[in-house]
Amino acid sequence: MNPIAPSHWSNRDFPVAARELLEDSQTRSNVRHATNVIQAKRDAVAGELPDWQQLREAGEAIRAHSLAHLDYYLEQFEQACTRAGGQVHWARDAAEANQIILGLIQRYHVDEVLKIKTMTSEEVGLNRHLEANGIRAHETDLAELIIQMGGDKPSHFVVPALHKNRMQVREIFQREMHLPELGERPEDLAAAARGYLREKFLRLKVAVSGANFLIAENGAVCIVESEGNGRMCLTLPDVLISLVGIEKVLPRFQDLEVFLQTLPRSATGERMNPYNSIWTGVRQGDGPQEFHVVLLDNRRSPILGDAESRQTLQCIRCAACLNACPVYHQTGGHAYESVYAGPIGAILTPQLHSMEEGRTLPYASSLCGACYEVCPVKINIPEVLIHLRGKIVEEDQKTLSGQLGLWNVGMQAAALLFASASRLSLAQHLGRVAQKLFVARSGMIEHLPLMLSGWTQTRDLRPLPEQSFREWWAGRTPPGDVAKRELAGVDQAAGRGGLHGE
Amino acid sequence: MESRLNARSEVLGAIRSALGVSQDGERIAAEYAALPRGYKREATLTREEMLQLFVHRLEEYGAGVSRIASDGIRDEIAGRVEARGCGRLVIPYDLPTGWLPAGFDFVPYGGGGEASPMLSAAELDRMDGVLTGCTVAVAETGSIVLQSGPWQGSRALTLVPDYHLCVVFAEQVVETVPESFARLEATQSLPTTFFSGPSATADIEMTRIKGVHGPRFLDVLLVE
Ligand code: SF4
Repeated sequence: MNPIAPSHWSNRDFPVAARELLEDSQTRSNVRHATNVIQAKRDAVAGELPDWQQLREAGEAIRAHSLAHLDYYLEQFEQACTRAGGQVHWARDAAEANQIILGLIQRYHVDEVLKIKTMTSEEVGLNRHLEANGIRAHETDLAELIIQMGGDKPSHFVVPALHKNRMQVREIFQREMHLPELGERPEDLAAAARGYLREKFLRLKVAVSGANFLIAENGAVCIVESEGNGRMCLTLPDVLISLVGIEKVLPRFQDLEVFLQTLPRSATGERMNPYNSIWTGVRQGDGPQEFHVVLLDNRRSPILGDAESRQTLQCIRCAACLNACPVYHQTGGHAYESVYAGPIGAILTPQLHSMEEGRTLPYASSLCGACYEVCPVKINIPEVLIHLRGKIVEEDQKTLSGQLGLWNVGMQAAALLFASASRLSLAQHLGRVAQKLFVARSGMIEHLPLMLSGWTQTRDLRPLPEQSFREWWAGRTPPGDVAKRELAGVDQAAGRGGLHGE
Repeated sequence: MESRLNARSEVLGAIRSALGVSQDGERIAAEYAALPRGYKREATLTREEMLQLFVHRLEEYGAGVSRIASDGIRDEIAGRVEARGCGRLVIPYDLPTGWLPAGFDFVPYGGGGEASPMLSAAELDRMDGVLTGCTVAVAETGSIVLQSGPWQGSRALTLVPDYHLCVVFAEQVVETVPESFARLEATQSLPTTFFSGPSATADIEMTRIKGVHGPRFLDVLLVE
């Protein structure tokens, strides 16, 4: 068997991983706190713009247009970037991207490099690859530093360490930075990171980044960040290597006027994040004098061929759908066992693995539609989830065990409902309407967990958990008020409509 | 090398076969031109309201702001720099000398030659602060945009020192993000930095705290 692709951490299914995480109450309370805070801020700053819906529409249209002509815009980008002194590399898959980047770093005979937070590098497992070849990658984003020093994994792609609270961060820094006297205020922790990293920013010669956007018309790259670690890495080293998924290209510089409004408001609930950097190739006397862009496919191109799920690649990684998702709220990001967590992870991860892994992820959703409502590029995640579930079912019907599986029988019954639900997608509040239909008329919520467990069974021949989602949840929850609140949360996860009295 | 070329053509080939027939540039341009742009692209506030909004946003981020007349620039710089306890500030070599008050050490950067050498990052790190102009500013988001244009210097200059004093002229302020992009269009390939307040993070328990790696202290002089 092939080794597990790095972007999917293990072969465990969502329900199995979720169960384990639900038992970690500290993590859960950290996740809940953080997502509630961001969500409230996001709602306020998105709500204050009278043209928010028009911005979403424009964002969706620009991204869909870029994807529909991706070959054209990538070639344009390559040409413009090269003209401006950049060097463009193409990587078919994770291994090739790692090999290209390692090769570039080795050219400069360094054994340490700076890193700016990039989910794409997590996806290809770059740090591990470098480490294995004697090169140490220093994460410079505060949250990534916390993750790296704690030997942990990111659980959210805007705030990767949101599952850690300040006391936990302090402990890690005290130990790893040898600062026994370190205080516990967030300011103290940030100052510790500043001190620790400044020496590295001034000394190291090579940096590796991702990118938020590529601009076809002028070959520019755009990175959005808060702390200034990104600017340090883009400005001070001699060599900069940016690893970027092929889907990230936009036609024109001006298109940023849409995304630089919707991305920060959706991601961190700020009107604008502290820093946006946009640069084109190399500029004499200003910034790195050698600049490489590695364009990564890694199974993105086949997604373009599926008309219904192509929209998955419109994603600008704001994580608003994670913060809005009742399931994510309860489980946190690690349960998804993937670099890309939450609703977008549930549709992206299996597709990035040609539907061979992460197959339970499309079920890790209650189809409440909250993710679609907040998405700044209007990706209809529920629709794609249903589409992917259909694909999984179709594939498994081809096998005998699949045909006999309980889940399959249930799934076929559900298919009708899903179909009618997706027809309702024209209605504005599709998700919730569908959800209500789903719960009230069909009792499908009871069926779904059954299918879910059945799924696990047919696939891995693991023992079938004889419990529904609600039951296993209830079983693990401590008694008392907390428990009640948690249970309310489950109801929310199972049928958000009810809780909000809609 | 050969495998590199293969990668390029394979990736592009895979995209093409997934997308089907590719269109010519003209058709794509026409399609692009027809994309919906129903969002706000023009100002709706009066000039004074807009400037007040800009000041308010900056203050929310924790920046110090003074609104002054153009003949007050030098005095206000002296006051601000003094208050921040800075003795030595780096400046872009082309900054108007008329702005510079006596009694401080202003170190020009980037002009070339002995009078204005290129400073290393480590040397910049030893400066108390940096004084610059800007290209454009956005009231709605409290953002200031730097390009390596006049009075702004290169990117390292406004990044490494811990204090940034930035002079913004009222006519450089626009209300919305799209208006700022209209102004940046012609110089879009210069290195461009939007900054909105001092550097900050919300990575620990989602509290926005000032200052990680960029300048932790920011003052803005809004000149009319
Ligand atoms: S799917 Fe939409 S909401 Fe979710 S991360 Fe992507 S852009 Fe943001």
